Amino acid sequence: MSNYYVQRTIRAVLTIWVVITVTFGMIRLLPGGPLVQLRAKLIRQGISSSRINAMLETYQNVRPDQPIYIQYYDYITSLLTGDLGKSFSDSRTVTAIIADALPWTVFIMVTATILIFVIAVVWGALMAYNEGSTFDLFSSSASILFASVPFYVLAIALVVVFGYQLELLPTGYRKSPGVEPGLSLTFVMDALYHALLPIVSMVVTGAGLQALAMRGNSIQVLGADFVRVARLRGLSDRRISVRYVARNAILPMYTGFLTLIGFNLGGSIILEQVFHYTGIGFYMFQALENRDYPLMMGIFLVITVALVLAVYIADLTYGLIDPRVKSGDASEAY
Amino acid sequence: MQVKPTDSSSESASESIVTDGSGSKTSSFSFETSSSNIEVTWNERLRDFYEEFIYKPGLVAWDDRRTRIGAAIMFVYVSMGVIAWLGAWLGFYPEPTTNQAERGLQPFQTLDAPLGTTQSGEDVLAMAIHATPEMLIMVTAGGIFATGVAVLTGTLAGYKGGSVDRAVTSFSDVAMSIPGLPLIMVLAVVFRPRNPILIGILLTINYWAGLGRSIRSQVLTLREEPYVEASRTMGVSTRRILTKDIIPNLMPFVLVNFANAARYVVFASVGLYYLGILPSSVENWGLQLENAYTQAGALVGTGALYQLLVPMVSIMGIALSLILLAQGLDRVFNPRVRTRLAGESESVRSEETEESSKTEMMP
Repeated sequence: MSNYYVQRTIRAVLTIWVVITVTFGMIRLLPGGPLVQLRAKLIRQGISSSRINAMLETYQNVRPDQPIYIQYYDYITSLLTGDLGKSFSDSRTVTAIIADALPWTVFIMVTATILIFVIAVVWGALMAYNEGSTFDLFSSSASILFASVPFYVLAIALVVVFGYQLELLPTGYRKSPGVEPGLSLTFVMDALYHALLPIVSMVVTGAGLQALAMRGNSIQVLGADFVRVARLRGLSDRRISVRYVARNAILPMYTGFLTLIGFNLGGSIILEQVFHYTGIGFYMFQALENRDYPLMMGIFLVITVALVLAVYIADLTYGLIDPRVKSGDASEAY
Repeated sequence: MQVKPTDSSSESASESIVTDGSGSKTSSFSFETSSSNIEVTWNERLRDFYEEFIYKPGLVAWDDRRTRIGAAIMFVYVSMGVIAWLGAWLGFYPEPTTNQAERGLQPFQTLDAPLGTTQSGEDVLAMAIHATPEMLIMVTAGGIFATGVAVLTGTLAGYKGGSVDRAVTSFSDVAMSIPGLPLIMVLAVVFRPRNPILIGILLTINYWAGLGRSIRSQVLTLREEPYVEASRTMGVSTRRILTKDIIPNLMPFVLVNFANAARYVVFASVGLYYLGILPSSVENWGLQLENAYTQAGALVGTGALYQLLVPMVSIMGIALSLILLAQGLDRVFNPRVRTRLAGESESVRSEETEESSKTEMMP
């Protein structure tokens, strides 16, 4: 059992290492890759070639005149000390930009994902209990319909309707000008006010398919023998629905839930662009547009590490929630 | 019925049901006639394969309302693709150009531009239609790549087991941990792909990993099946077991996930075109969306709203079609429904859309 946790930890660390190596490979080894283009850009700006190497080092933590293994070592050690290089288009370091932007993105994505999960569980369970009814048919159709809308399409529609036509909600930005971040009520209300549309567009488009998954799980559990036995034993409906059905139907969704947070972090690049919401997705897009490779690679790494950690936490805590997983090694053979 | 075969094999399955719905199962099928010069055993084998893995699952799938609606919508898109392709070729539905009609025309005004024109006088409907062929190619390429690699890795890992399994599984675990969209964006910026097939592959660059894992677990159950074990005992080669016994049984599952992967390609590609990260060589709904949103002033007044709605509806329609097809085909994968069909097809009709018959299980 502890073996499973050790193995899982090794795998998480290994994955992060592989991803770091891949980004290094992309920066350094790809023909026409970031480093080559960065150098070309610097030459175009009329900077002498002797200074370029020094600049590349501050931008991307790579000393092009050193042998490759030393470059690799430098790159990894500086990443581990939290130094992601210096942005090309912004005067700040990559770490500073991410530290400023990340909390906003995490706030939106975690809130949205929790809402998706809650809605999916409740709605899916209701559909399963009323399987075959008009409500079930209507809900299933609605959730398929919602799932066919990409979140950015809904986001644009919401901005047009609520932002520009009705002028009810802000069309962008993460807070009003002049509101200082802090624990004041004005700030919290303002932040929520600006986050409302992005969150709604994620939740509405994301909840449908999750609800269908929950519906499927619930129907499967409802048909299981242990539920039948529980009924024969005369247990109360409440106890059966909470302890027997809900628990077993929610469990398969739990890992998906944490993975969804990581997945949504990636989606933030499109979402934050639509709302001019200056989270990491917004900066990532800026970096892509300006060919700001240090910032681009830095944010890519942060999102990846977030995803790896989310799945890691999911796998570890899954064992706490579901006792069956503790025999993880044995079931892995299947 | 009105549905014709399309690019995905699920479609051709539906088509065959249409042609043979009332007739006998032994009537000849289109792809057999194309390979008529091949020896008879081949023909018979093809027919067996067709019966078992396309005709029968297709019958179940077609019985589902979702599959039928999904196929009908997909037919509209394929027609759009054909119109765009033939139109550009024969010149009866030309590609949109600036000043081809009056500028800023509202929809339903003239027959020259039924859905109106943009600020620069481009036909909005033509823009939507001419975006279709490339989108269909992209979606097909992405779907084939994702499901192909997934089947390859999944069967290899699941059937071989041992160190091969461990190596393949850890590789796909790593691939799975990398967030798709940011990775694609970085690669798109570095490589600037223009070929729709390449874009389709790029978009599913790590999508296969999760799918490969689930196929692996499917294979793990299949390899314990008596007939597979029998083949093994008889000394049939691994390659033959995989291609004859294992992979055909994965077909429905693969089809479902083909549709899911295709939907992912639609969402991701339109998003990237909207952001301008993918280089724009031809029309795309994402570009149209971006154009309407940022330039045509669709935000401020209601006047240009139609320019926003046309690409939105195009995207939602194709996504809806793919979801419906996936949901409908999912039923084929359910073994309970399949075996019931194998006996007689009339019982299927009574079961309606539900995949699990709760009434049977519940007291």
